Amino acid sequence: MDGGSDRTSEQGVTSVPPVVELREAVAVLGSFPALAGATLTVDGGEIVLLRGPNGAGKTSLLRLCAGLLPLARGEGRVFGFDLATQASSVRPRVGMLGHRNGLYGDLNVAENVSFWGATVGASTEEIEAAMVRLGVADRLRTIPVSRLSAGQKRRTALACLVARRAELWLLDEPHAGLDAQGRDELDAVLHQAVASGATVMIASHELERAGSLAHRIVDVVAGQTREADVGDVGESGGAAS
Amino acid sequence: MSSLRIARLVARKDLAIERRSKVAINQVLPFAAITMILFAFALDSSGGESGSVIESVEVTDPQRVIRTTDVLELVAPGLIWLAVLFSLLILVQRSFAVESDDGALDALRVAGVDPAAIFWGKAVALGIQLLVLEIVLVGIAVLLYRADLPPAGLGMLAITLFAATCGLAFVGTLYGGLTAGFSGRESLLPLLVLPVVAPVLIGATRAVESAFGTDGVALSEGWPWIGLLVVFAVAFGVGGALAFGPLIDEAT
Amino acid sequence: MQPERQQMTSTNSATTEPLSTRAGTGTRATRVLGIATIVMMVWLVAFGLGFSPADRDQEEAVRIMYVHVPTVWLAYLAFVITALCSALYFFTKKHSLGFDRVAGASAEIGVTFMALTLVSGMLWGRITWGVFWQWDARLTTTALLFVSYIGYLSVRRLGGSHHQRAKRSAIIGMLAVIEIPLVHWSVRLWRGLHQEATMASTDLDPKIDGLMLFSLFVGIIAFTLLYVWLLLHRTRSLALEDLLDDQGLDRALDARRHEAATAGATP
Repeated sequence: MDGGSDRTSEQGVTSVPPVVELREAVAVLGSFPALAGATLTVDGGEIVLLRGPNGAGKTSLLRLCAGLLPLARGEGRVFGFDLATQASSVRPRVGMLGHRNGLYGDLNVAENVSFWGATVGASTEEIEAAMVRLGVADRLRTIPVSRLSAGQKRRTALACLVARRAELWLLDEPHAGLDAQGRDELDAVLHQAVASGATVMIASHELERAGSLAHRIVDVVAGQTREADVGDVGESGGAAS
Repeated sequence: MSSLRIARLVARKDLAIERRSKVAINQVLPFAAITMILFAFALDSSGGESGSVIESVEVTDPQRVIRTTDVLELVAPGLIWLAVLFSLLILVQRSFAVESDDGALDALRVAGVDPAAIFWGKAVALGIQLLVLEIVLVGIAVLLYRADLPPAGLGMLAITLFAATCGLAFVGTLYGGLTAGFSGRESLLPLLVLPVVAPVLIGATRAVESAFGTDGVALSEGWPWIGLLVVFAVAFGVGGALAFGPLIDEAT
Repeated sequence: MQPERQQMTSTNSATTEPLSTRAGTGTRATRVLGIATIVMMVWLVAFGLGFSPADRDQEEAVRIMYVHVPTVWLAYLAFVITALCSALYFFTKKHSLGFDRVAGASAEIGVTFMALTLVSGMLWGRITWGVFWQWDARLTTTALLFVSYIGYLSVRRLGGSHHQRAKRSAIIGMLAVIEIPLVHWSVRLWRGLHQEATMASTDLDPKIDGLMLFSLFVGIIAFTLLYVWLLLHRTRSLALEDLLDDQGLDRALDARRHEAATAGATP
């Protein structure tokens, strides 16, 4: 049951079901409603920035879309799969970069990227290309991940994401810990991902950089969502109530 | 990606981590050895000279007379497996600590790979580490406990080690996955695992006894125990693979 | 395959009032059951302590049997019910939380009865045969099972949503029940090879005195009624607890949404 048969996205593509569809979604952490009714639609090829104060529920929103946080109430679909019952089908097509990197500290960079790439059957060339794109292919490749700096770990994690050929990228504060060069590389990687058909959702406090990257901005406040104008990038609150 | 390839991938990844960090070799193995030594202190009351003498022995089975008076030698097989069980707990914790440290288990779940494949891969890696540990412990028992391994018992010993290890690895991986990432897992894991592996302790000890010929036990008496170990391993291999997915799925 | 997410209503056919509006967990059915239990218990005391004769060998100590045998029977029954309900939760399409609650309640009652079994058994063993314990198949299985189900109860307390708890516990509950034959068989094999059962068994000896047998049956029926009564009450109180959680969630949701509204109002 795919909704949105007449939907036109900003790219002018018609009759394509949205990648993410949330309607009054509620997700719970313990007994706390991290998401208290989020409504959001994301079409393929969009870059959406999630903006909001700490504790607003941005991370939970991303984890919900990754199929990591169960849907307690409301409706949610990613790639047409129901998040309440088919979360495991959602996961292979999603790549998430959370606060933690998902790396194995004892293994080196090359081994980590190879492992994650191999889970989707990526070839050695693709794995190599992913590492090159994130700038971890030369002198860093044989260093155990635990000995890398935070920014280098971040870039390695992104390389794993690239190697995994995710169709929906969920990034939680991806620019944090990266130096200027790293941030430029990340932006380039994201543009390239979108160009090859991926969809991106970023939660970030880096409003200028992420804002200029994004096609759309969504404010997340107290577990709920509100659309905002792209032009309001400089302001931290909602433009219109 | 076929499940077999994923399982091999995960197993090789775990073994690579062990190769790099050498936690099992450098920490768990010495721990197991110390445990064996402490057992000796606790049980060998003769001062290690000529073996303890058992004062009064009730001969409850008229066909068997206790042929040795050395306590340590008598209980050596049991002590080996006790040390193995304690080491299993540590190895399982370690196996899943590497996953939850940096959120790799989350990433594995998002990767959408077949959870049963993850189960098999981690169980195989765990089993290999366990097997190496067991071989060393048997060696220590022969040296320290004056246990005597006749050549005829070697085959039975090998089969026992293999069958018991499979069962232990499956149980450990299953419950390790359940408790991974939860606070309080350090005490929850032993509470869950130890009652479940009691049959393995019984079966493996008796089988090793028959392999060693401890206390006059005949070699043929070991086979029913091996049967028990195999049944156990199969039950938890199948059950574990089926249950692992739902279990790791539910951690937040 | 939607998991059950609606408000709680009582599953007891004796009343159609939703659980949320009733004051306690008692209903007409449980009242009838409770009275029956008390009656049977009185009978048990009368027959067990009074009418039935003392045993030829064990004398008065045999009366412990009237408590010990029913409790062990009930403990095992409770665990089987836990496993059954766990399977029903896990494998049916509806994934009804009611099954999970029955499984949890049954396990709690089972653990309690098992503790009673172990204590009464140890007393009986000490008085009659001079030893508190012996490692035969039955006792060993009972002891290990006791610990296993304490573990099961710990797993139920790990937290998360109700369905997460139910899924986890269902798996552990089903695995724990495999232990019964596995441990029993292995200990039987272990003891069987080396030693006859030296202790008198707690099996129902067909040559047992007629009145003693009758008292035993009274005991079994009384305790079974007690088990059902406890199960009904405990399941319902668990349902109320879950309901409380849900209502707590509703309140928390309202609070959070209110927070959003006020946050939106500030510039």
